[in-house]
Amino acid sequence: MIELNIEKTIHTLQGKEILVANTEIPDNKITAIYGESGTGKTTLLRIIAGLSTPEKGNIKVKNKTWFCSEQKINIKAQQRRVGFVFQDYALFPNMTVKQNISFALKDRNNTLLLEKLLQETGLTNLSHQYPAYISGGQKQRVALARALALEPEVLLMDEPLSALDIETRIKLRQLILELHNKYAMTTILVSHDIPEIFSLADNVQKIKDNEIQEYGAPKDAFDKAILKQQFSALFE
Amino acid sequence: MNFDLLPIVLSFKLAAITSLLLLIIGIPIAYLLASSKSKFKFLLEAVLSLPLVLPPSVLGFYLLLAFAPDSVIGKIADSLFGLRLVFSFEGIVVASIIYSFPFMVQPIQTALENLPNSLTEAAYTLGKSRFKTLVHVLLPNIKPAILVGTVLSFAHTVGEFGVVLMIGGNIPGETRVASLAVFDEVESLNYEQAHFYSIILLISAFLIITLVYWINRRNRATLTI
Repeated sequence: MIELNIEKTIHTLQGKEILVANTEIPDNKITAIYGESGTGKTTLLRIIAGLSTPEKGNIKVKNKTWFCSEQKINIKAQQRRVGFVFQDYALFPNMTVKQNISFALKDRNNTLLLEKLLQETGLTNLSHQYPAYISGGQKQRVALARALALEPEVLLMDEPLSALDIETRIKLRQLILELHNKYAMTTILVSHDIPEIFSLADNVQKIKDNEIQEYGAPKDAFDKAILKQQFSALFE
Repeated sequence: MNFDLLPIVLSFKLAAITSLLLLIIGIPIAYLLASSKSKFKFLLEAVLSLPLVLPPSVLGFYLLLAFAPDSVIGKIADSLFGLRLVFSFEGIVVASIIYSFPFMVQPIQTALENLPNSLTEAAYTLGKSRFKTLVHVLLPNIKPAILVGTVLSFAHTVGEFGVVLMIGGNIPGETRVASLAVFDEVESLNYEQAHFYSIILLISAFLIITLVYWINRRNRATLTI
């Protein structure tokens, strides 16, 4: 379980606000963090990954303290070993698909895992291509494979499918689900796409009025009127 | 007429050594500047960029005072390395490093600042140290800027006049570089000899600057100078 009790100043359209998170994220499930843009969803992921530091509070992952402002504990991002899929993919342009993934391996000689990940993400034929020459969907697959090569216990995905067309999105949702189940991770997905949350997430947490709140399963998390609007738009 | 090639050889030797040393010193400093969030970064940047706007004679004058054998720097250089920094080849190397410093550091710093921050962060989440991230991720992605920095430092050093004259004097085989030789030969009305040095400097400068523009053209996306 990830226990978050933190406060962090964020810059919103309304000016400086304090983002408050007092919540728990269950192990081995996919939790979606939903909220309007600019409400601090990405900041929350960055805080868990160790890329941003909250002003106050503590973060515990599987009972291990990653951050505690009182005891001045702040485990470095390098040591947290969290799989992070960035919104812009953040693939290393100087490395091929294969090199990007192998750069993340805990053991550089673990070619078995490397080949397995290439195969599972359907990248075997592209393994010698550079990121500049592959499509958005393929980049997302590389980003996912690279995050998994780290063998993380926690996988964080920042709007992973937002830049992709609908067909690619549907395929990748399937892939994310398969890999999540296969590798038994605690996955946190930042999204403002309700259909995506429905197809991927086990539960939903929303950021509202600068505070993150637990809303349970996706079907309980959203207002019927919003759902109707979202899904009818999909089928028009 | 017998042309003396020594000043040309000396100019290129000086430029090659200066560029190489600047590469070693410039990359870490450019990295520290690019990643620094200090409020006072602008001050350091201003100091390091001074050679861009300062008259070379002014820089040379202060370096002459600073490097004098009875100065602190002069004494340290002498006692630690047995070096005399005024009127010596070693002295004009040190002066050239200072004089060409911004030409190496600025392209590299700008290129590092223009790389998406997520590349560094992605490397950190993959467990890589700052050093590994710099060597395996950041530097390979700014190769054109490193090349441009090196080429510009080389060219700028070849083109030095005032600083070398102030700190090096005009000692044949030691500090009499090609740009000084041109001045000397014109003063002595040896126009033919002056032409000889000038045409070599002109052609090499043209070739070097063409190379910079060619690198720029090939790498417009990643390169900024």
